[in-house]
Amino acid sequence: MNGANVLFEIAAMNAACAAAIDADRLEAWPGFFHEACLYKITTADNFAKGYQAGIIYADTRAMLDDRVAALRQANIYERQRYRHILGMPLITAGPDGAMSVETSFLVIRTMREGQMDVFVAGVYLDKVRRDAAGAWRYAERIVVCDSQRFDTLLAIPL
Amino acid sequence: MDQSVRDLSTGVWPAGLTRVPYWVYRDPEVARDEQARVFEGPAWHYLCLEIDVPDIGDYRATTMGTMPVVVSRAEDGEIAAFENRCAHRGALICLDDAGKGKDFHCVYHAWRYDLRGNLKSVAFRHGVNGKGGMPDDFKMEAHGPRKLRVTVESGLVFGTLSDDAPAFEDYVGPEIMTRLRRVLHKKLEVIGRFTQPLPCNWKLYMENVRDTYHASLLHMFFTTFRITRLSQGGGVMVSENGIAHASTTLAAAKGPDDSYAGMRADNQGFQLTDPSFMTSVAEFNDDIQLQILSIFPGFVLQQIHNALAVRQIVPRGVDKMDLNWTYFGFADDTPELRAMRLKQCNLAGPAGFVSMEDGAVGGFVQRGIAAAEQENSVIEMGGAGSGTSETRATEASVRAFWKAWRAHMGL
Repeated sequence: MNGANVLFEIAAMNAACAAAIDADRLEAWPGFFHEACLYKITTADNFAKGYQAGIIYADTRAMLDDRVAALRQANIYERQRYRHILGMPLITAGPDGAMSVETSFLVIRTMREGQMDVFVAGVYLDKVRRDAAGAWRYAERIVVCDSQRFDTLLAIPL
Repeated sequence: MDQSVRDLSTGVWPAGLTRVPYWVYRDPEVARDEQARVFEGPAWHYLCLEIDVPDIGDYRATTMGTMPVVVSRAEDGEIAAFENRCAHRGALICLDDAGKGKDFHCVYHAWRYDLRGNLKSVAFRHGVNGKGGMPDDFKMEAHGPRKLRVTVESGLVFGTLSDDAPAFEDYVGPEIMTRLRRVLHKKLEVIGRFTQPLPCNWKLYMENVRDTYHASLLHMFFTTFRITRLSQGGGVMVSENGIAHASTTLAAAKGPDDSYAGMRADNQGFQLTDPSFMTSVAEFNDDIQLQILSIFPGFVLQQIHNALAVRQIVPRGVDKMDLNWTYFGFADDTPELRAMRLKQCNLAGPAGFVSMEDGAVGGFVQRGIAAAEQENSVIEMGGAGSGTSETRATEASVRAFWKAWRAHMGL
């Protein structure tokens, strides 16, 4: 396998996933995951201590679909958008063609009235595997946020 | 800064508990008075969990209102707490969130304190080469950070600076104590900690916690996905002094529900594609599915199905506060029950399906009242009383909060 190709493909998946969130195409977001997956938002401190809970915790893609449905149908939050800035993926080959990927990220949040803040900085700790069609998908995405503080609320996923 | 808009000692408060003037959320004088009369007054304040300081020498930093506090496990095995402020120049004595040690050294001039906050040594006390040093009449026992009275109940550590605070059980009252012990009945285990800074006065958050009326109207998750409704059984229990409350929702009733007909929350037809996370077990051997309990001024205990957490309210100025979440399970959780908790943690917290709106709504009020100095909020749902009620369509426990607040503030 060509390492440069793998890097390119995984970086492209990261970019596509972030773009779906930033452009409010949230319905497309769960599609980047395998059906059986783990998606968790936690903090560097919780991660270091081995605390299991996340502020979002999903162990199926269907739970991610439900998260999006809830944001669309049920939850109330002031209009806001994210801008993800992604670092270069650091890739380590694992067994069975799976890859461990570490990618730094920064999310700037822009509120309805224009207020912009650094909302979260952190690292995605991913396990990615190809699906039956050969496309890379996240089997695991642990979103490790550098700070334990989440201003006001976290509605849109990271 | 111009003068305060009113003199609190003669401030006019509308009669009864059904009106609250908006200046209480905006006036820096009120905030200063609250620190003195509430947070340093005869009230009990949640500091940390007992398991945060399991062994001698373990410590944890926390706050009581705006006052930084250290909680530690002293040599005799008791839990002690003291102001995190060096008696010399006022610097923080303890710089980390938590840790373990034999004593505390202020980094500034190396004044040293024992685990109870007693000053034990002063660097260069006798000077250097016979020169300098503290005066001969300097007495170490005359200097030290303020010490708190501490009580440990059901694995929770509470503190107060006041000798006048009643015994904790009397403060909370027997009914709510039973509700507290119902949940915290065995050894806890922390499974996550998060902080949610909120753009509002701390009282707006505590009112929201006590407001059983808003839950199914603002938070549409349960109703949209047809999981729970206000017409389910339950009620709200309030202590006589207004200090503590516990609201409960019983497991689902059968039959049709038309109490939301025509309202925004009457959004039929959506279903979760993975309802597994709403599978819960009745781990407390009763049919209470949801219990929210608060103790004035800043403590909340949450049981939402099997998602358990304590929340600590920390004021950060008139229009800001921090909400410190500690998610927990029990040390003897089975892997299945623990997995259930992890999934149900989606319900609460900064991203919680049924709580994220609470992070924003206080800010909506804070911004809405920017010019409402002469106006009052209307708190009349369920009448004018502040006692226990068999319905959650009431603001009785919000009125009880104001009863407790006014008693402490002398208003």
